Amino acid sequence: MAKELIMDIKDFSFKYAGAPKPSLANINMPVYKNKITAMIGPSGCGKSTLLRSMNRIHDLYPNNEYTGEINLLNIQSDEFENILDIKKENDFIRLRQRVGMIFQKPTPFPMSIYDNVAYGLRLDGVKNKNILDEKVETALRGAAIWDECKDRLKESAMGMSGGQQQRLCIARAVALKPEVILFDEPTSALDPISTKAIEELISELKKDISIVIVTHNMQQASRLSDYTAFMYIGELIEYNKTEKIFLNPKEKLTEDYITGRFG
Amino acid sequence: MNSTERRRLLTNKIVLALSTISALLGLVFLFWILITLFLKGVSALDFSLFTKDLVDGGLRNLIFGQFMMALMATIIGVPLGMLAGIYLREYGNGKYANIIRDLSDIMMSAPSIVIGAFVFAVFVAPFGGINGWAGSIALAIMLIPIVVSTTDNMLSLVPKELREAGIALGGSKHKVILQIILKAAKIGLMTGILLAFARVIGETAPLLFTSGTNSFWSTDLGNAFPSLTVSIYDLANFPTDKARDLAWAASFLLTVIVLVINLTGRFIIRDKG
Repeated sequence: MAKELIMDIKDFSFKYAGAPKPSLANINMPVYKNKITAMIGPSGCGKSTLLRSMNRIHDLYPNNEYTGEINLLNIQSDEFENILDIKKENDFIRLRQRVGMIFQKPTPFPMSIYDNVAYGLRLDGVKNKNILDEKVETALRGAAIWDECKDRLKESAMGMSGGQQQRLCIARAVALKPEVILFDEPTSALDPISTKAIEELISELKKDISIVIVTHNMQQASRLSDYTAFMYIGELIEYNKTEKIFLNPKEKLTEDYITGRFG
Repeated sequence: MNSTERRRLLTNKIVLALSTISALLGLVFLFWILITLFLKGVSALDFSLFTKDLVDGGLRNLIFGQFMMALMATIIGVPLGMLAGIYLREYGNGKYANIIRDLSDIMMSAPSIVIGAFVFAVFVAPFGGINGWAGSIALAIMLIPIVVSTTDNMLSLVPKELREAGIALGGSKHKVILQIILKAAKIGLMTGILLAFARVIGETAPLLFTSGTNSFWSTDLGNAFPSLTVSIYDLANFPTDKARDLAWAASFLLTVIVLVINLTGRFIIRDKG
């Protein structure tokens, strides 16, 4: 496997519990290190399902079926490990610390701004107050929200605006120093100004973190991403560098979608 | 206006009149009860009721006893009910959870005298006499299904994304439930517990032959325990005016207590919910 990969998805299929047929079939897709990979496609095409497989958040609900491989690079050993082999709770926890996730709607916890960011760190066993303080500040700075909230760290996160809450959620994920962050339509519930702030933040984050983002917004995909995957009814139709997908798609279906002929 | 329209208007007026009369009829009885209670209760009310025990013509021990048993019921019932509710919403799936949910709902409408009889058979008869613990347990049995249902419902209002967000930060399921989900549902849960408390503090039937009542000051749950509601029942049957006045005062106080707790609960819901 090439060195610049962080994740490599091979012959991956996914079936929801009780569903008659798989929602994803034979997906093959690379995820490059320190790049932004966008997944686009009409509603129900399986892009969120694929994203949610990458940290196995699906496993919160029983009896879903995975086949194939999702290989994640272990930075220490420089070897790929198939995350679909994970069975033990501790390994799941480790996986989610390495592959963070941001949701469509901001999901602040009903606690202070500080405690929100410290939550994952405390779960990871960080107890020392000074280390916590430092890591919380670094994370909030990393999510470009430190200046707005440094004077009200002890106030409830529920009182922040939607855009601030979303950046807080990003700070919370960044605090764990993940290798990958998965974004599931992170701006679809936000106003244009907050959206711009989040997009700038995501571009900034890719220096240290590899990004996968699901979006309904094709301008967002073209502005933001280095690679784009176009999905349709559970299949990966086309994957390429973003400018190729948008300027010169190989598949008729891709062209029809990005030119707005269906959606 | 044609005949169809006239008929519709007439039907409309008849239904409106009937439902208004029914509503008024219901309210008339409610206010009748409240006004009677207020008039008879307030005239019998005296500050000495709060400083003397029943044996001296006061209500102090009865009020304390009723609160004490309702409180013990809450201490016994809330952890059990909440854990069961957490099981139903967060862990249970499919058949078993639904069976337990249905059974719990049936328990909620079980006649309270039946619960009293059950507790008598299990916790009174074998121990040789009525006691405050048996009364508390009977009230706890009434309280548990209410808390189960509240917990179940309040947890269902917490968006699933919050659970996923906790898991996505490396939380295990039980930590996410304890540290995030319960916190998110806190106000609803507290209100539910308050309303359940209000519900059991006014009960008579489960106490009638479990705790009985006691004319003297007592903090010993191992013996017959003072109960406001059971004493109202006794006093109302007592053939002296003094006893009946005391029953009215006790009824009035009980109504005020239940009303205040209920209104507090509703106020919290409206304020924060």
